[in-house]
Amino acid sequence: MDSGDTAWVLASAALVLLMTPGLALFYGGMVRAKSVLNMMMMSFVTIAIVSVLWVLYGYSIAFGGGNALFGDFSMVGLGEALNDATTINGGEYKIPVLVFAMFQLMFAVITPALISGAIADRAKFLGWSVFVTIWVSLVYFPVAHWVFDFGDGDGNGVGLLAGWGVLDFAGGTAVHINAGAAGLALAIVLGKRNGWPKAQFKPHNLPLVLTGAGLLWFGWFGFNAGSALSAGSLAGLAFTNTQVATAAAVLGWLAVEKLRDGHATSLGAASGAVAGLVAITPACAFIVPWSAAVLGLIAGALCALAVGLKYRFGFDDSLDVVGVHLVGGLVGCLYLGFMATERANGAGSASANGLFYGGGAGLLWAQTKGALLVLVYSFVMAAVIGFVIDKTIGFRLNADDQETGVDLVEHAETGYELGTTGSSGYRSSGILGNAKSSLSEQTASTEVSA
Amino acid sequence: MKLVTGIVKPHKLDEVKAALEAFGVQGMTVSEASGYGRQRGHTEVYRGAEYTVDLVPKVRVEVLVDDADAADVVDVIVKSAQTGRIGDGKVWSVPVDDVVRVRTGEHGVDAL
Repeated sequence: MDSGDTAWVLASAALVLLMTPGLALFYGGMVRAKSVLNMMMMSFVTIAIVSVLWVLYGYSIAFGGGNALFGDFSMVGLGEALNDATTINGGEYKIPVLVFAMFQLMFAVITPALISGAIADRAKFLGWSVFVTIWVSLVYFPVAHWVFDFGDGDGNGVGLLAGWGVLDFAGGTAVHINAGAAGLALAIVLGKRNGWPKAQFKPHNLPLVLTGAGLLWFGWFGFNAGSALSAGSLAGLAFTNTQVATAAAVLGWLAVEKLRDGHATSLGAASGAVAGLVAITPACAFIVPWSAAVLGLIAGALCALAVGLKYRFGFDDSLDVVGVHLVGGLVGCLYLGFMATERANGAGSASANGLFYGGGAGLLWAQTKGALLVLVYSFVMAAVIGFVIDKTIGFRLNADDQETGVDLVEHAETGYELGTTGSSGYRSSGILGNAKSSLSEQTASTEVSA
Repeated sequence: MKLVTGIVKPHKLDEVKAALEAFGVQGMTVSEASGYGRQRGHTEVYRGAEYTVDLVPKVRVEVLVDDADAADVVDVIVKSAQTGRIGDGKVWSVPVDDVVRVRTGEHGVDAL
C-alpha cells in the first residue's frame, strides 16, 4: 500500500461526492422558484439510494469479476474487501480495495443525478426514486463494468469496452453519454412541461447556478485527476488538462452566445464550464495540454449550439442534459480517436495513438463503437424503465400540480418564504394566501395541510 | 381630490420623482408593475431560443392631489417620463371620495 496514493484517492472520493450537491445547486438555480427544492432533492436522494445499493451489490456487479458484460456477486456487502491493501484492475494499484470502491461509488452517485436535469418541474419524487434504483442497477453498474473493469491482470473479467480498447479515463461513456442518453429518453417519456416551449422558463437564481458550477469544477479534479488512482505525474497531467479544457470551453460557449444572441450570459459561462469538464473527462490523461485546450474550445462552442436542438426536435430536455452531457461526452470520446497520443500516458494496454498521431483508424472506430453502444443501451433501458414506472406508480405530475409547483405538491415545502402576508404559495401560480385556504379544492391541499 | 396614477418605464422613476418633488407634491406611492399596451410586449433571445415577453416591467407611481392640481401633476409625470419611444406608459387621474390621514384622523383636503 502507498499512503500517498491512498490519501489522494480518499481526498478525490470526497471531492467527487461534493460534485453531486454542486450539481444540485447548478440545477436548482436553473429551474423556477417553485421547483428548486425538488430539483435539489432529486440529487440528494440519489446520493442516499446509490450509496446503499453500491455497498450491497453495485460494486460487485461493476468490479466483481464475471464476464465482459456483467460482474458477479462475490463482493456483495463488501465484507470480502476489508483487508485487501491493493486494488487489482488490469494492473496493481497500491490503494486499499475499499478506497477504490468508495472512489468509484461517487461516480455511480453522480451519473443518475445528472439525468434529473432532463425532467425538471414535472417528476414525481417516488417515481424518480424508483427510477434511480432500477436504472443504476440495470444500466450504470453493468456499464461501469464494461468501461472501467480491466480484469484481474490475467485477462479474466475484462469489461466489454475495455476489451475493445476504448479509451475513457474518467467516464465520458459510462458517466456522461450514459446519463445524457437516459436524460433524452426520460424527457421524451415524461413529455413536455406545461406551456413549454412558448412560456418562459428562465433560471430563478443564477448565483446558485454559478456556485454549483464552481463546486462541480472543483470536485472534478477528484473525478479526473483522482482517476489516476495514484498521486503522480499522470494525476498532474489529468489535472492540467481538466483546467485548461474547462477554461477554453467557457470562452467557446461565451463566444457563440455573443455572436448568436448578442449577450454573453452567466448561464452560458456555467454551462460552458460543465461542457468542458464533460468533454475532457474521457480524454484527460491521453492528450497533451494544448490539445486539451482545443478540445475545450470545440466542446464549449458545439454544446452551446447543441442546446438549441431541443427546440428543433421538440423534446423538453429542461436543463440541457443532452446538449451538454451527451454531446460533450461524444465530443470528448471521439476526439480521442484523432488526438490520443501514447506520449501522454505511456505506451501500453491503457494507451493508444489516434489518427493524427499515426495510430490509424482503429482507435477512432473503437471509440465510436463504444460510445454508440452505451448511448443506445442507456436510451432504450431508460425509456422502458421510465415508461413502466409512469404506467404503474406514476412518474409525470399532472398539469394542476405542475402549476402549483412540484415543491409544494411533492415535498410540502417551498424553497423561499419571502412573503409577509401568507405562506407556502407562489405569486406565479396565483396562490396568494396560505396553502390551506387557497388550495382547498386541489389535491395538494390534503398533503399540505395534513 | 384626484388620484393620479402613472405607469412609467422603471429607469424614468428617478426623473419622475424629482419632477414631482419640484412641483411641490408631498408624497407618493411607488410599486412595481408589469403589463403591456399597444406594443404587445417584445421578444427576447435567451440561450438560443426566442421568447415573447408580453408583460413588460413597469413602475406605478400614485399621487393624491387637490382637484386644481390634477391636470398639472399629470403633465409633470408625462413630461418627465417621456422618451418618445414605444412603451413609455400611461398616466390617468380619477376622482377620490375621501382621504384620511391615519395618524391624525384628518379628512379630505387636510389629509393630503
